[in-house]
Amino acid sequence: MSFIPWRAVRNGVNNTNTVTDMQQLALFIRKEFIHVLRDRRTLLILFGMPVMQILIFGFALSNEVKNARLVVVDHGRDLATAALIARLDASRYFEVEQVALSPPALEATFRRGEVKVAVVFPARFYEQWQHGRDVAVQVIADASDPNTATTLTQYVSAIVYDHATEQREAQALPYGLRVETRMLYNPQLEGAPNYVPGVMALVLMLVCVMMTAVSIVREKETGTLEVLLVSPFRPVLVIVAKAVPYLILSLVNVGTILVLSTTVLHVPVQGNVLLLLAESILFITTCLALGIFISVQTSSQQVAMLISLMGMLLPTILFSGFMFPIENMPVPLQVIAHAVPAKWYYIIVKAIMIKGLGIAAVWKETLVLAGMTAGWLFISVKRFNIRLA
Amino acid sequence: MEQPIIQADKLTKRFGDFVATDAITFDVARGEIFGFLGANGAGKTTAMRMLCGLSTPSSGRAHVAGFDVATHPEDVKQNIGYMSQKFSLYENLTVAENITFFGGIYGLRNPVLRDKREQLLARLELEHAADKRVGSLPLGWKQKLAFSVAILHDPKIVFLDEPTGGVDPFTRRQFWNLLYSAAGQGITVFVTTHYMDEAEYCHRVSIMVDGRMAALDTPRRLKETYGAASMDDVFYTLARGAQRGE
Repeated sequence: MSFIPWRAVRNGVNNTNTVTDMQQLALFIRKEFIHVLRDRRTLLILFGMPVMQILIFGFALSNEVKNARLVVVDHGRDLATAALIARLDASRYFEVEQVALSPPALEATFRRGEVKVAVVFPARFYEQWQHGRDVAVQVIADASDPNTATTLTQYVSAIVYDHATEQREAQALPYGLRVETRMLYNPQLEGAPNYVPGVMALVLMLVCVMMTAVSIVREKETGTLEVLLVSPFRPVLVIVAKAVPYLILSLVNVGTILVLSTTVLHVPVQGNVLLLLAESILFITTCLALGIFISVQTSSQQVAMLISLMGMLLPTILFSGFMFPIENMPVPLQVIAHAVPAKWYYIIVKAIMIKGLGIAAVWKETLVLAGMTAGWLFISVKRFNIRLA
Repeated sequence: MEQPIIQADKLTKRFGDFVATDAITFDVARGEIFGFLGANGAGKTTAMRMLCGLSTPSSGRAHVAGFDVATHPEDVKQNIGYMSQKFSLYENLTVAENITFFGGIYGLRNPVLRDKREQLLARLELEHAADKRVGSLPLGWKQKLAFSVAILHDPKIVFLDEPTGGVDPFTRRQFWNLLYSAAGQGITVFVTTHYMDEAEYCHRVSIMVDGRMAALDTPRRLKETYGAASMDDVFYTLARGAQRGE
């Protein structure tokens, strides 16, 4: 077996053919892309997840109640009740069903869970109304599910109130007070405008933090990181090379979400798309820094994945404000929420995307996020270097 | 006389009160296969990290390929190769891609890199597998490939950290043939191992116990000194006195 004359080409190695940092970086980034594109599971998480989440949050998980079964117990049986019932039936929220039930029987239907909301009209409804007396319509709802109960009773009250107001005007009564409500930015009170920014924060958090952490820890596990560190390749470039591919892939994700949001959920970007992208890059950088931080602290892919999930996903869901309003939380939890980067990003995305506001409206949040990004980047790179010493 | 390629002079690393590597002094000549033995926790890894320029000595000095590891770690890195016990290639990259990547990291580029890649594949008789993923190769082949990649850039020294873990004696023997060829070309081989049959193959062997260098000589003379039949017995005699466990 003849051995290669390793030294024969030596002179060409470190002088004229020296590869620059940039070329090495390009080589490394190319390698990272190969890793991602060859791993089906990674690809699935990377591109399947945003689509899934948008569809799930957009369609399946919604506060809106449509076509709820509404039971009407009509003791009045007159013109006025008929008109009101017709109106309830016409709304897309309810499927009205008229029954003649005694109060105990009605309660039994509720107990069996067959009905979520019932409307009871008293006897002599029209007559009392015509005589200008106060007349009450009873709305009964199953509050074991408080959110649905609130939503349904609000729908019923709104319809009844509208009807009453119209009647009063039609009869030219001199008195009357009218409340005119305008729901800004989201007149239909749809769920999607709320969820899209939330999903963006969630997906970016997951993809960036988990993928970055796992991809670095994987190199620890396979021993390749050691080889890279022993090589002349600069450690800080290892970080950059790991971050760049996931930054690009995350931007692709942002694009996917925005396209889906516009076409499928009919929630277009009201504000400046470029500003939104710039803010997204800022947030992605925070996530990448967090991912690097986790990778430094852990030495197995499973642990890195678990920490990313528990440490990032939960706070993002709980404290970003898109599931649970932060204003209603006890003060200590509000303080924690302030430390969650996703909270600030969520506010920013909502302002730009839903309200169509510009940088003037979100500069404070942007500053907070930028501060967090700088802080986490600093800590992560420092920890990464300390681990080398 | 030719300058030693590795010179360690009272090389020491302390972590707080713990002295991981305790004033070790030794020289390694060019083209030598130097066995670096020791039980787990004896301070081998720490010493090797210092020699590779990854870790700064607490005191003492070391010169590797003519450069001080404390003051010129980047020059040291440029002149050494490294292979870890996990054979350290990317499993989902092809053989050719791995060679290109690691060659590039060490500053090689076309046409030199292309020539070297073809030579390497030809020598390992892996031409047919150039476009196969490394993950699909048998472990023995991965290790041979990893070693060849580690010396692709013509380092003066190659550091091997337990390179043959988990392979059968026959494949190990083949691997050692590679080491001998490299040494014959003037590449110094610095190798840690747990296999005492491998210790017999080294030109010289050092044995670390509790951070100190307890013995350093040729395998033959070590056996004479300790009146032992094999390197296994030599190692056992020395390591038995160790205070530190894992």
